[in-house]
Amino acid sequence: MKKAVFVYSPEQLGYKFSESHPFNHKRLTLTMDLLKKINALNEDHIIPARIATDEEIALAHDIKYIEVVKQAGMGLLTPEQTVHYGIGTEDTPIFPHMHEASSTLVGGTLQAVDAVMQGKSRHALNLGGGLHHGFFSKASGFCIYNDSSVAIRYLRQKYNVRVLYVDTDAHHGDGVQWAFYDDPNVCTLSIHETGRYLFPGTGNITERGSGKGYGTTFNFPVDAFTEDDSFLMIYENALKEIFEYFKPDVVFTQNGADAHYLDPLTHLCGTMKIYQEIPKLVHKLAHEYCDGKWIAVGGGGYDIWRVVPRAWSYIWTEMNDLPAPSGPLPKEWIEKWQKESPVPLFPNWEDPDPLYKPIPRKPEIEEKNAQMLQKALQIIKNEQFKQ
Amino acid sequence: MIVEEIMKTDLITLTPKNTVLDALQLMKNKQIRHIPIVDEDKKLVGLITSNTLKNRLSLENIENRKLKNIIEDIMIKDLITAHPLDFVEEIALTFYEMKISCLPIVSGGKLVGLVTASDLLYTYIELTGANKPSSKIDIRVEDKPGILSDIMSIFKSHNANILSVLLFPDSKDEKYKIVTIRVQILNPLSIINDLKKENFNVLWPNLPGVTQ
Repeated sequence: MKKAVFVYSPEQLGYKFSESHPFNHKRLTLTMDLLKKINALNEDHIIPARIATDEEIALAHDIKYIEVVKQAGMGLLTPEQTVHYGIGTEDTPIFPHMHEASSTLVGGTLQAVDAVMQGKSRHALNLGGGLHHGFFSKASGFCIYNDSSVAIRYLRQKYNVRVLYVDTDAHHGDGVQWAFYDDPNVCTLSIHETGRYLFPGTGNITERGSGKGYGTTFNFPVDAFTEDDSFLMIYENALKEIFEYFKPDVVFTQNGADAHYLDPLTHLCGTMKIYQEIPKLVHKLAHEYCDGKWIAVGGGGYDIWRVVPRAWSYIWTEMNDLPAPSGPLPKEWIEKWQKESPVPLFPNWEDPDPLYKPIPRKPEIEEKNAQMLQKALQIIKNEQFKQ
Repeated sequence: MIVEEIMKTDLITLTPKNTVLDALQLMKNKQIRHIPIVDEDKKLVGLITSNTLKNRLSLENIENRKLKNIIEDIMIKDLITAHPLDFVEEIALTFYEMKISCLPIVSGGKLVGLVTASDLLYTYIELTGANKPSSKIDIRVEDKPGILSDIMSIFKSHNANILSVLLFPDSKDEKYKIVTIRVQILNPLSIINDLKKENFNVLWPNLPGVTQ
């Protein structure tokens, strides 16, 4: 069995709103080229993304909505006709063949699921996926089809496994959370910047699931200006406690890379350090609890030149038990992409130190986050107390 | 917004002849803290709250005998009520000034609804638009006419759907106000840039001591 497969097809790059839109899958090209230049990725690792069928997409979406996406992508509908479905907005504009491009992102994630569940590889990565804001009958926040919701339903139906969904994107994983809010066999865990200012505004600790799914939704909203140490403290504690509490058969991670200081859309002030640590712990726990079954997708990440390629590379090297890359980035990679990049690329895997000026009120922010962690995990403590 | 739009109409009530024990059990089973007491014509005659029980059943007299007493003996009879057509802002003031946690709504001499402090808080949450996917932007503006219109024209030019607008005084300088806008958009950067071009002081996020 392979350690990991890397799902990719050039068709995934067709998910493109416009030249100036912040969501840009050129990130995939940049990341793959970086991994190839350090000899971590070769053609043997790559499996193509397939196109998800309408029936598969309908596992998590309204058939009527799929029809609207198809017609919009063929130029048959105007934004006035689609805005009710969240399409044709400034966030999620209409673009040609949007159904086909979106289906390839979903199909990629399904390929990753099958590779792991059919024992072809221990882990699988589809960086084109992770579109966690997509709703049942509405696009939201750059996301048309929610590949993760479709894939988790697919895991439930085809393989009947308990799934832990871990979302470290700086934005709350609302689409996936609401899709499984009452499902006791899917546990969602999202750590994100608090919704006080940031989209989508939800993801409060009091959102815990409903009905039979009560207690299988966890949210860890961290403050703006949280920085590495506090972020990782929350992440590590939350992940360990929830793996032990939920005991999943499979772990599915969404790896948005937008909690970095340089990300234009968020305020968490993380550095590359968190992207080294995130895959490490989930990898270890996947082996302890899930016989290694770990499916990972991409997500947000809007500094596509300086942040995302390095951040995402660490997931792939971790999956393959390679040491985390350090020191200078490959010269050829920098030379090749510097020509296109509007900003100077960083010379090393590590961020420049210091990356930014010290932030006031750090101890208070850390204290507040720690308090949030206790409250968010209280439900587990209560359960343990009962037993 | 008026009271009838937010009040609970699915009411759990007791009569003056029910026992104190009935009230205690009902509160426990239904997980409620307030029980309006009505007569056979649905006329409101009293109110029992968990505080009433706590205050009027002192430790010495919690004996079965007392629990079998009828509600009439301990219920609040001096009632504060409101009408379905009252404004939510007005009853919020009543809650605050009278230090109460529940307000029975009476019309035509009959009990028709109930508003609790939690209901009021939820209304506030809805008013702030925080229950729909959105970003929030704070803008610190001079307190003078026309500013809001200038701001809104920028949101309009981005075709951005606004879920709520709140305006409140800047705690540090009374010549300024903070405008808080919830907008249905993940990427507010182009709006923020346009606001800054017009010299607006955008606080995104707004954390006193860090961003100001």
